[in-house]
Amino acid sequence: MNFHSIAQRLPADVAGGENVERSAVRTRRRRLTPARIGIYAFLFGAALFFLLPLYVMIVTSLKSMDEIRAGGIFALPLAATLEPWRQAWSTVCTGAACEGLRTGFWNSVAITVPSTLLPILIGAINGYALSFWRPRFANLLFGVLMAGAFVPVQVMIYPLVRVMALAGVFGSLPAIVLVHLVFGMPMMTLLFRNYYCSVPQELFHAARVDGAGFWRIFLRVMLPMSLPIIVVAAIIQVTGVWNDYILGLVFAGRENLPMTVQLNNVINTTTGTRLYNVNMAATILTALVPLALYFGSGRWFVRGIAAGAVKG
Amino acid sequence: MILGRQLRSITPYTALLPMFVTVLVGYIGSALWTLGMSMTASRTFPSSHFIGLAQYQRLFDNERWMLSLNNLAVYGILFVIACLVIGFLLAVFIDQNVTGEGVLRTVFLYPYAMSFVATGLVWQWLLQPGDGIDSAVRALGFHDFRLDWLVNQDMAIYTVVIATVWQASGLVMALMLAGLRGVDPEIWKAARLDGIPAWRVYLQIVLPMLWPTIATVLLLLATAVVKLYDAVVAMTQGGPGTASEVPAKFIMDHLFLRSNVGLASAGAVVLLVPVLALLAPYAYARSRKEAA
Repeated sequence: MNFHSIAQRLPADVAGGENVERSAVRTRRRRLTPARIGIYAFLFGAALFFLLPLYVMIVTSLKSMDEIRAGGIFALPLAATLEPWRQAWSTVCTGAACEGLRTGFWNSVAITVPSTLLPILIGAINGYALSFWRPRFANLLFGVLMAGAFVPVQVMIYPLVRVMALAGVFGSLPAIVLVHLVFGMPMMTLLFRNYYCSVPQELFHAARVDGAGFWRIFLRVMLPMSLPIIVVAAIIQVTGVWNDYILGLVFAGRENLPMTVQLNNVINTTTGTRLYNVNMAATILTALVPLALYFGSGRWFVRGIAAGAVKG
Repeated sequence: MILGRQLRSITPYTALLPMFVTVLVGYIGSALWTLGMSMTASRTFPSSHFIGLAQYQRLFDNERWMLSLNNLAVYGILFVIACLVIGFLLAVFIDQNVTGEGVLRTVFLYPYAMSFVATGLVWQWLLQPGDGIDSAVRALGFHDFRLDWLVNQDMAIYTVVIATVWQASGLVMALMLAGLRGVDPEIWKAARLDGIPAWRVYLQIVLPMLWPTIATVLLLLATAVVKLYDAVVAMTQGGPGTASEVPAKFIMDHLFLRSNVGLASAGAVVLLVPVLALLAPYAYARSRKEAA
């Protein structure tokens, strides 16, 4: 494909700076025209705006408080120190205790692992039953579940607290896992339902003819080919549970407060001088798991967002 | 044999039992319970003393609640418009066959991986009067520059807009970009033959074609608006005073700090109204699509 010949024939389009022969020239790069420079300038400026908070977070976390007071927030650290990071991890006060965010980190791990595995398992079973077995009323049930995903948790939170208290588990690890199961179920069910809907029905019928039952088909046929959607579901659920604040605050109990809640305590409920460097180190530490997942998983994360956004 | 077949037909129902219980207890039952409590004089614990719609009366006489509704409207309009405009612009510019597309996409989307708490805290630091951008700009020589939105009663809610737009517009970009990539290349060829400038093609042909994507984005953003809680708690704690109070926070405070479950439940039911209003057309469109 010769792009330049088109460009010569269509100077107006080039002057407009827009890509008209899109599919054809996708693999070729354009010459730098003023309009192209404009496009890059816009994107570069936008990238700066998006990166600025991350940059400020990192440089602030590496400065001493004296340096923060002396210089601006954008200045690079003159004498970089990891002391704020050490304090954030092991000595900062997260409420009554001053043992750093590490307790919150391990609490979040303890909450996230079962709150990821259980909803994925239930979501897979739901999706499988909905797409292949289609029991009566199941679609109505699914519709209500999906509508529930849009309802603010404030509508359900107090009754759930009472139910948990009645069951004697309120303020414990099982309580918070159960609540994450309830609020994660719409998305997990949707993901697996849509995934299994694209699996040929013939596959299912062949297994049925061979005499395989509900669980056998699920375990032997469907689950082994569900790896891609399990990865997507795990990314969504880990990110969602790790970033959750409100459910952890209400249901986890004082012993199991997740990292986000402890981080907020560190910064917003402590009195005295604010240690911005420690605060920013603590913020990065809390954001580290989902960010690592995001930068590590690349396209999978985007795929998860796209899958989750296309509701219904 | 017959027993076996019956057992097998029961199995799918048994397998869906967790979902059934979740929907019945977790969603419908809880929502109905909240609706019931909103008509009682419940304080710390649920009470069965029925008082009709008096809590709703009290709610709409409550200055703090009215302020929080007002804030939600201001926040919602600005947040949705800003996310849509920024997200769409980023998607269109990225779609110009630019070098480093992957890097740019990664940069625009990474804030979405961060929690609202972390987002709120970073922006709290950036906007800290006397320390953050405020003093950095003054140090550049603009001595009269002041950026005190965080502690300014009239401006505090806008700081929440800035932080959450930064967090969420990458999501809009990703969804819009996927939509743009789905546009038929023939349309671009036809537009080129007719000599229509590209910006007009985007605005008058492509944008209307992206309607399904935009509807999805709108629904996602609107529900995020109604649920707004973490970011406010982290950034302003609803302050200064009650200047950046939002309904979700009003409800949480009255449930767990102010022991007024009846009033909080009434607030939660009111919050349910816009959600159902948003969902109804969506569900209607879906059922029509399925019927067709």
